[in-house]
Amino acid sequence: MLSRVGERIYWLSRYLERAENSARLMNVYSSLLLDLPKGARIGWHTLVEITGSFNEFDEKFQANDERSVIRFLLADTKNPVSILSSLEMARENARTTREIIPAEAWEQINNLYLYTRENAAKGISRGPRNQLLQQIIAHCQQLTGLLAGAMSHNSAYNFIRLGRNLERADMTTRIVDVGSVSLLPTLQVGGAASEPVIEPYENIIWMNVLRSLSAYQMYRQHVLDRVNGEDVVTFLLQDTQLPRSVIHCLSKLEFCLQKLPGNEDAILQVSRAQALVASADIPALLQKGLLEFIDELQVEIGEIHGRIAEAWFLPVVENTQTQAQSQK
Amino acid sequence: MRIDWKSYNPGKFYDEVISSPAHPRKTARILARYLASLSSEELQMRKSSAELAIKTMGISFTVYSEAGNIDREWPFDIIPRIISETQWRATSKGLEQRLQALNCFIHDIYNDQKILKDKIVPAELLADSVNFRKECVGMKPAFNVWANICGTDLIRDRDGKFYVLEDNLRVPSGVSYMLENRKVTKRVFPELFENYNIQPITEYPSQLFDMLAAISPRPLDYPEIVVLTPGIYNSAYFEHSFLAQQMGVELVEGNDLVVENDCVYMRTINGLARVDVIYRRIDDMFLDPEVFHKDSALGVPGLMRAWLKGNVALANAPGAGVADDKVIYTFVPAMIKYYLGEEAILPNVPSYLCIDKKQCQYVLENLDKLVVKPANESGGYGMLMGPQASRKERAEFALKVKANPRNYMAQPLISLSTAPVLVDKGAAEPRHIDLRPFILQGRNSYVTPGGLTRVAMVKGSYIVNSSQGGGSKDTWVVSDGGV
Repeated sequence: MLSRVGERIYWLSRYLERAENSARLMNVYSSLLLDLPKGARIGWHTLVEITGSFNEFDEKFQANDERSVIRFLLADTKNPVSILSSLEMARENARTTREIIPAEAWEQINNLYLYTRENAAKGISRGPRNQLLQQIIAHCQQLTGLLAGAMSHNSAYNFIRLGRNLERADMTTRIVDVGSVSLLPTLQVGGAASEPVIEPYENIIWMNVLRSLSAYQMYRQHVLDRVNGEDVVTFLLQDTQLPRSVIHCLSKLEFCLQKLPGNEDAILQVSRAQALVASADIPALLQKGLLEFIDELQVEIGEIHGRIAEAWFLPVVENTQTQAQSQK
Repeated sequence: MRIDWKSYNPGKFYDEVISSPAHPRKTARILARYLASLSSEELQMRKSSAELAIKTMGISFTVYSEAGNIDREWPFDIIPRIISETQWRATSKGLEQRLQALNCFIHDIYNDQKILKDKIVPAELLADSVNFRKECVGMKPAFNVWANICGTDLIRDRDGKFYVLEDNLRVPSGVSYMLENRKVTKRVFPELFENYNIQPITEYPSQLFDMLAAISPRPLDYPEIVVLTPGIYNSAYFEHSFLAQQMGVELVEGNDLVVENDCVYMRTINGLARVDVIYRRIDDMFLDPEVFHKDSALGVPGLMRAWLKGNVALANAPGAGVADDKVIYTFVPAMIKYYLGEEAILPNVPSYLCIDKKQCQYVLENLDKLVVKPANESGGYGMLMGPQASRKERAEFALKVKANPRNYMAQPLISLSTAPVLVDKGAAEPRHIDLRPFILQGRNSYVTPGGLTRVAMVKGSYIVNSSQGGGSKDTWVVSDGGV
């Protein structure tokens, strides 16, 4: 397989996963609101922080209100990590690897993009938002299934899985970060002057964190204790069986990397990240240092991408010239 | 309201479906009856479902504009165009014959130049040819074939005969749309297929693959074949990707390839892999910055070296465009006679060469009646449609012709045939069409049954190019008995 094709397929998969994760997150966030008492003001801006695009947002919007944030994250084509932009990039990567991926998968991706483009504006108001986001999630999952069932589990498929699991691991760290570090302190009841009130809503927030990763039900089955921060963070980082836990995604990465030639550096880097997660003392970190730990983990995950790119993708060449010749 | 063939009137033009109002041609009878049986709502519905299919299948082409490159849905008319098998058989023979002669000509030009010495083609034409590549002199590609893939534009004049308008020997495109048009029609009008014996066109990709495999310099069972594209910004990118997918070969861009020891390799996740045959969709001048445009980032440095050493096959061969010239075109019937000792089966459109003083004089005096074309432009650019042009435009064009007569030829305004196109509210109106069949030549020759029918969607217009608002139709070659 061509290096360039590997790269595009990998990004195709990352963008799809990113779109799905963002849709989940937005959905859960919107429903979290319904569980909180009237007058509770949770920061919509937190959503922007999770996606790491606050600079772009702050340049553009004065208010951190729901409509601005949702518009920015869902439908803004100028925001490179909005759902619509992610799907557009996924489609572009699929369009340029059409000779590799199954034709049905291309049609699905194309449809998903067209559907989202047509309906994104509607999703800004709360009513139709849920349905739109559910559709996006369902389409993405359908695609995952379609690729698993219709594509040879060859190198190209390995790059799909690499992209998916890397993006997933990254998103889980962001959500843990937000749940524990950013979200709780922003929960306030009453006027601006009042003190942060956490109890009893801490529980609700952690439940929603789990839901955003489709992990609530699995958590209940697995952890018999009530929902609490320590168990949730442990579950999302260290549970080996939960498909969206960081440690699980890392072992998936290792599994796929084993099948590729010239994989030594990338596998070594995955092992480093695995060791970091496995050795983490979650209760202690929750008391102090979780933020720094998550930052460190995100850097290690970013390094995995770096090793993958070095091993298999095209060397970066300046290629700005485009051929504007039209063919007859 | 339904389609009423009594009120469908193509006027003085040859129409593909009716011979005179209310009288469908023999092969089109079933089609005409069937279309008339559908209500306008139903027709409109089929039209929408075709548009939807094109959208979801992602059949697109790229249009350049100031706002950037736009990926646009392929314009398609749902009413198929029908050609009788008997007529097609002769046409197909004529196309093979024509490409064989053209390949003899190209090979001769880069080797012995007998046809110039025998003064069949004037030698000065070659001296001025912008598509002659001196770097290719002496080269002998597999089977002495330079143009392996050719798209020849045919038109039907008022007499109903096919005439050759031009031969595209460089990087002809459109074959993917021919194939996709058929798929869309199958989705939209499945009933019609029951009543016709339609020649299938699906084997084109495997024919193309076999031809490419046959020209591999290494006699392997599985030569490594790639399609070389300028990239996603090219107007025909969809087609490049489509053909690679259909043939199951890699679609590569220039920076995926590298030349080492005069052999071509592609960069894969397993390291470098040797490439045997390149179906290139990049123009000659961008192929190799070592030889042609120095600043081309699209090509592969050293590619020409590898090709000249015979370590890789390029289809079409660099320099094949020397015969893709509207002036050289006028000599094709003479070439057929000279190389093959045969009469041309397919006639050319009558042409006037501006390089000939007398003919040039005639052209300049009759600009209001003629279509004047530059020798090397494509896509309908740079030509003068005399009858429709203003006095000022004609005067300006006359200056251009006088300045460089070698670069121009003229033809009388030929009447393109018409076919019914579904316009708003489910009505059918005649629109002008042409036909581009695709011809392959390697060890053997192959002609697509039918080809890509292009339609001038604007009433009365002759401009069929998709880049200028043209559309297309599925094209059926059917046995004369119909059922």
